[in-house]
Amino acid sequence: MAAVTHAGTAGERNLLPAIPAGLRAAAPVAVLLVLGFLAPLLTVAAYAFATPKSFEVFRSFTLANFSAVFDPSNTVWMSFAWSLAYASATVALLAVIAYPIAYGLNRMFGKWSGLVGVLFVFPLFVSENVRLYGWVLFFIKNGVLDGGLKWLGFSGGPEVLYTPGAILFGMLYVYLPFMLFPMSLGIAMIPKDLVDAARDLGASRLMIWREIELPLAMPGILVGMLLTFVLGAGAIAESKILGGQSVITIAQDIEVAFTYAQNWPLGSALALLLVAIVSGLALYVLSKLDLDRILGKR
Amino acid sequence: MSLAMISPAPPDTTTKTDDAVFPATAPVLQLVGVRKIFGDFAAVDGINVDIKEGEFVTIVGPSGSGKTTLLRMLAGMESPSEGYITLRGELINDVPANKRPTCLVFQSLALFPHKTVGENIEFPLKVRKMGAAERKARALELMRMVRLPEHYYAKNVMRCSGGEKQRVALARAFAYDPDVLFFDEPLSALDYKLKKALEKELKDLHRESGKTFVYITHSLEEAMVMSDRVGVMSRGRLVQIGTPEEIYTKPATRFVAEFFGEVNSFEVRRDGRDGWILGDGRSIIVAPTDEAIGDTATVIVRPETMRFVTGPSTADNLITGKIYNEYSLGSRMQYQVHSGGRIYLVEAARAAVLGLSSGGSVTIGWDAPDAIVVGG
Repeated sequence: MAAVTHAGTAGERNLLPAIPAGLRAAAPVAVLLVLGFLAPLLTVAAYAFATPKSFEVFRSFTLANFSAVFDPSNTVWMSFAWSLAYASATVALLAVIAYPIAYGLNRMFGKWSGLVGVLFVFPLFVSENVRLYGWVLFFIKNGVLDGGLKWLGFSGGPEVLYTPGAILFGMLYVYLPFMLFPMSLGIAMIPKDLVDAARDLGASRLMIWREIELPLAMPGILVGMLLTFVLGAGAIAESKILGGQSVITIAQDIEVAFTYAQNWPLGSALALLLVAIVSGLALYVLSKLDLDRILGKR
Repeated sequence: MSLAMISPAPPDTTTKTDDAVFPATAPVLQLVGVRKIFGDFAAVDGINVDIKEGEFVTIVGPSGSGKTTLLRMLAGMESPSEGYITLRGELINDVPANKRPTCLVFQSLALFPHKTVGENIEFPLKVRKMGAAERKARALELMRMVRLPEHYYAKNVMRCSGGEKQRVALARAFAYDPDVLFFDEPLSALDYKLKKALEKELKDLHRESGKTFVYITHSLEEAMVMSDRVGVMSRGRLVQIGTPEEIYTKPATRFVAEFFGEVNSFEVRRDGRDGWILGDGRSIIVAPTDEAIGDTATVIVRPETMRFVTGPSTADNLITGKIYNEYSLGSRMQYQVHSGGRIYLVEAARAAVLGLSSGGSVTIGWDAPDAIVVGG
C-alpha cells in the first residue's frame, strides 16, 4: 500500500516537468488564441455547412450553400472578381507609389526612417469611415474641390465620386501606411557597405538597384504587399462610401447575407471561400519569401 | 615630416617624361596635399605620398587618425576637400568609385548575402556584361587562386567561415581586375592564428599578381609582416613613411616609436653637441644625433635592446635597480625594473635570465647605438 502511494507521488512529480517550461509559459496566449481566434473561425466554418437560411449550426451538414455560390445563375463570383481585382490593383499601384517614398525616407533619415514611417500610421487613429466621408466632402458636387474651382472661376471639378476610380483612390489612400511601413523597414535592412561595394565594383545606379537593393529589400516589400492584399480583398467601406455601391465587393455580399438576408450559412460559405482564396495566395507568397536564405541561415 | 610641409601644388606633369626613362619607379598613385574637412575638423590634413607600381603600402594609425577617410578618398567614396589624387598621372579627385580602376576590400567584406560564392565573385564580370560561361570559368580560376575549393561555387556565401569569406572578398576584388587594390583592415575580425596565415597568403598573392596594394590597419605588427613600405598616420597626418626596417630602427617621432608597443622613453635636454642629460642631471650616452633635433628630445630604448649586465660584460649606459615584476611572453620574458622612481622594461630570452627573481638587485644597461633620439 505504502509502495503504491509512493509510486503515485513520484508519478505526479514527473507529470509537471514532463510539460516543457516553454509550453507552460505559452499556455495563456494559446488559450486566448483558441477562444478568440480559432473558435469563431471554426463556428464560421461550421455555419458554412449548415442548412441555408437556418441557425442549425453543428446540427446539420449540407453542401447546399456552396452549390448556391457555384450555381451558374449566381453572379456572386463577380464580387469575388471585383474584390481580388481591386486588391491586386491596390498592391501593384501602392508598391510603385510607396517604394520611392520609403527609399527617400531612408536616405533622409537613415536608421530613424522606421520611426518617421510610423508618422504615416497616425491617420489610422481616425476612423476609416470618417476619413472616407472627408473625401466625399472633398469630391462631392459643390464640395471642396468642385466648389473651390467654381469659386476661382472654373467650370467646376471632375465628377469622380461614386465611380470605380474613386474606390481605387480610397483604397490607395487607406492602405498606403500598410505598404509603406514594412517596405521602409525592408529598405533600412540594406547595409550601406553593400551598395558602396557594388558601386566600387563598377555597377551603375540601375544595376545596384536591381542586383542589390531590390533583392535585399524584398522581404519588407513582400510583407507590405501581402498585408495590403489581405486587407484590400476584405475592403468594404471604400466601395460603399466613395463608390456609392457602383461596385459590390465580396465583403459587402457577406455583410448583406449576415444582416438583411439573415442567411448566416450562405454568408459563412462566402467568408470561408474568401479565407481560402486569400490564405492560399498568402501561403504561396510566403513559400517564395525565403527569409532564411536572405539572412544566410541556410 | 618635411613632405607634409610642402604646400599643395598641381601634380607635376614633368613626371610623364620620367616615366619613359624609369617606368619601374613611376608612381601609380600620387597624393599631393590631400585634405578632407568635415565641418571644422580636418580628418585628413595634408597627405603627400607617391605609391609605386606593384608596391605593397600599409598605412597604420590608431582609430580616428584619418586612415579610413584617406582610403575612402582613394577608392572614390569621398572626394578630397583640398589637394590632388592622381592615378597614372590622371587627376581622379572627383571620379566616382564605379568609374575608377581601383577596388576596395571592406572591413565588413561587404559580401552580397543573397548571392552564392560564385555569384559574388562574378558580380564585377556581370557588370561588364560578360557571358555566363566565361564568367563561371573566370570565377573558378579566381577561386583556385585564393585557394577556395571548387564545390564552394554554389555555396551560400553567408554559410562560409570567416577565413573563407575573406577569400571570396579577395577573389571578387580580383575579378574586377583593378590597377590598385585597397584594403580596409579586412583581417581585423579574425582570430590570431588565421590572421597570421592570411597575412602571409596576402603577401604571396601580392607578389604573384604584381598588383599595387594599399592596406590600412591599426596593427603595426600586421603592417610589418606584409608591406614594402609602412606609413604611420596620426591626427590626419602622415608622420613617417618608410620600409618596415626604417620605421623600426629610425622612428621619426616618439609617437611612431611608441606605436610598436611598450618602450622605455626618457625625456632629455641637450648638453653640448652629442650629450643629453636626464631631468635628474644624469647623462645618457647615445650615438651622434641629428642637428635638426632641438634642445629637448626623447630617448627611446626598446625593451628588447635593454639587457642585464652581469660579470665581466658592460654597456654604454648602466642602471642598478630591483626587479619588481616579471611577465612571460612565451619564448621571452619581460621584466619591470624599478630604479630611482622610474620603471624600466627589459626583455630577455629565458635561458639568459635564469636565477633572477623578483626583489633581486640587478644591473641593466644598453648601448649607445640602440638608443633612438627623437625630437620633442
